[in-house]
Amino acid sequence: MFYRDAGQYKTTYQSDMAIFPLRQDRIGILVILALAYVAVPLMASDFILKTIMLPFLALVLAVVGLNILTGYTGLISLGTAGFMGVGAYACYKLTTLFPEVNILVWILVSGFFSAAIGVVFGLPSLRIKGLYLAVATLAAQFFLQWAFVRIPWLYNYNPSGAIEVPLRTVFGVPVTGPTAAIEVKYLIALTFVVVLTWVASNIVHGRIGRSWMAVRDMDIAAQLMGIKLLETKLLAFAVSSFYCGVSGALFVFIYLGGAEAGTEFGIRLSFIILFAVIIGGLGSMIGSFFGAGFIVALPTILKFGLPAIGIAITGAIAEKIVVMVIGALTIFLLIVEPHGLARLWQIAKQKLRVWPFPY
Amino acid sequence: MTDATLATRKPFLSEGQRNGLIAGGVLALFIAALVVATQTGTITRNDWIYKIFVDPFVSMVDMPDLLVQTVWEGFVAGVLYSLIALGFVLIFKASGVFNFAQGIMVVFAALSLVGFYEFLTLTMGLPPGFVAAIVAMAGALGIMFVLAVAVERIVLRPLVNQPDIIMLMATVGLTYFLIGFGEYIFGGSPKVMITSQLGLPTGSTMLDFAGGRINIQHLDVAAAVIAAVMIGVLGFFFQYTRIGRALRAVADSHKAALSVGISLNQIWVIVWFTAGIVALLTGIMWGARSDVSFALEIIALKALPVLIVGGFTSIPGAIVGGLIIGVGEKLGEFYWGPLLGGGIESWLAYIIALMFLMFRPQGLFGEKIIERI
Repeated sequence: MFYRDAGQYKTTYQSDMAIFPLRQDRIGILVILALAYVAVPLMASDFILKTIMLPFLALVLAVVGLNILTGYTGLISLGTAGFMGVGAYACYKLTTLFPEVNILVWILVSGFFSAAIGVVFGLPSLRIKGLYLAVATLAAQFFLQWAFVRIPWLYNYNPSGAIEVPLRTVFGVPVTGPTAAIEVKYLIALTFVVVLTWVASNIVHGRIGRSWMAVRDMDIAAQLMGIKLLETKLLAFAVSSFYCGVSGALFVFIYLGGAEAGTEFGIRLSFIILFAVIIGGLGSMIGSFFGAGFIVALPTILKFGLPAIGIAITGAIAEKIVVMVIGALTIFLLIVEPHGLARLWQIAKQKLRVWPFPY
Repeated sequence: MTDATLATRKPFLSEGQRNGLIAGGVLALFIAALVVATQTGTITRNDWIYKIFVDPFVSMVDMPDLLVQTVWEGFVAGVLYSLIALGFVLIFKASGVFNFAQGIMVVFAALSLVGFYEFLTLTMGLPPGFVAAIVAMAGALGIMFVLAVAVERIVLRPLVNQPDIIMLMATVGLTYFLIGFGEYIFGGSPKVMITSQLGLPTGSTMLDFAGGRINIQHLDVAAAVIAAVMIGVLGFFFQYTRIGRALRAVADSHKAALSVGISLNQIWVIVWFTAGIVALLTGIMWGARSDVSFALEIIALKALPVLIVGGFTSIPGAIVGGLIIGVGEKLGEFYWGPLLGGGIESWLAYIIALMFLMFRPQGLFGEKIIERI
């Protein structure tokens, strides 16, 4: 009724190709942004901010990054957590070596370190593809995880082997470290996510994104059309790893506040992120958000929601049940909608357009 | 002589042979240069070049007993990797599904075996021993069969014809489900495998060899023998039985197999059950060497580089790949690991696999990838 495109004429190519061609969509995104920036920090409790919003914002960038690689370019990677770790450790080293520089700059710069590592481990993608590549990227995962444990220089020879986030301020306001207010952390993470998502969305809708999709659909055909495979694939690896690196830096600096060497960025996290990409929808920006939200919210909902509706489970069993339910839900969602939550969203929007008179 | 005959004349050496010759020549020159440099004193014992390229080989020749011991340990580890990889290959060949859950199936099978045994001896009052162990084994096989049917019904059938990555994710989901389910039923604490009750030998023999001693666990020998027998039986099963022929037909082409009346669903159940049997045997071997616990999950990931080396579709490839990875990993850890601070076992297998991929993207025994537009 209210969601109609009638009367909205597209008179230029730009308006036809816009990411949000409908006025209602544009209003909607502004409302969501306003809610995220104003309402959530004011209304939400610390618990929600801490257990849902912060991990969601940190992980969503990694999901976007992996989606660029897997969803848009068709290269499966299981090394995501390793690249996130590179970002986190790079940020830690940079801010302890140069403490006077703004931490926000270092969070962004650490993405470039991750991108460089990503390009190195992306080199095999030129010869191998598909599941073989997925296994090859495990080399990155295990090698990087090993490096985080075995190279003490990375965690400043800390005897506990962990990195602890130091206190850093921006314009006198503490941003990271134990004394930083959770609302400040939330706003910082939100800004990173909004800006970087905007950048990613523009990349994938432009020339680069199209060449990625051409490579995904058939790399030999893309090559025949004049797309240079080497540069395109490596660029995908670089951009993807950049996002993963920033995500890892945010994950440690904003959310965790410290990381044990090699335990936070294990193979499980890689799988969880791949899971988020597939549940959300391959090759979809909004899907990345759905997927990340799903994986962050699900364990919390199961842990606190099931007792609330009367199914009493104790802590130790709850963990097992949660793992079990996650596995079963994965299979269920894949069977019901292999194209992910983004596809459901699309269907819902399509239905809404003709509602309440579908014929 | 026309141009056409000129063009089709066979070259003296094929491209692969020529590349091999060049690589061999470069390697020989490199070794010769190393020898000369070491003899003339250009490289001393403290140079990193010496430590990486000379020292390990010198110690291999000096202490052959340690070398043989290391290779033997690598061989045994390789047999176990091969068995896990074998389960992957069976399922990949028959259904094109990259079964990530194979590693967890190993743990799950071993856990249900031990769980059944405890149930039989403690609750049912069967005397502990061989009989109870065999009954427990039958029970574990039953569970693997139920699992195979359930997977085919619930997971594979609705997801047929989906892209590879969706199938991979479904098996990852299955992995999580089995982890949660297994911990819920059997508890999270590690269990002890019923090794002696199953009639497997324990203990070890010291062999004198070249001035040193080599320690060989009887269990490892048994593992190698059982693995060899199982591979032989599987080979026979595939080659000479009706079901085996059907399996090979399905592996060649799903459509052609369907058109001659082979039931894909039935084949999938059979192949998942076969993979379950392989998983049970692997679980017994592995559980006997350490505990039965979900920590095995990480080790099961080691089967993935084995698959790269051997190729996803080749059973001999899984065996040879497993041995290459197992031996290479142990040698690398023992001789080169200390240079890097140790613990390189966790990723060395993947690097070895990557090096193989650089030369053969389809694995050692994999089918040649033909790309068409």
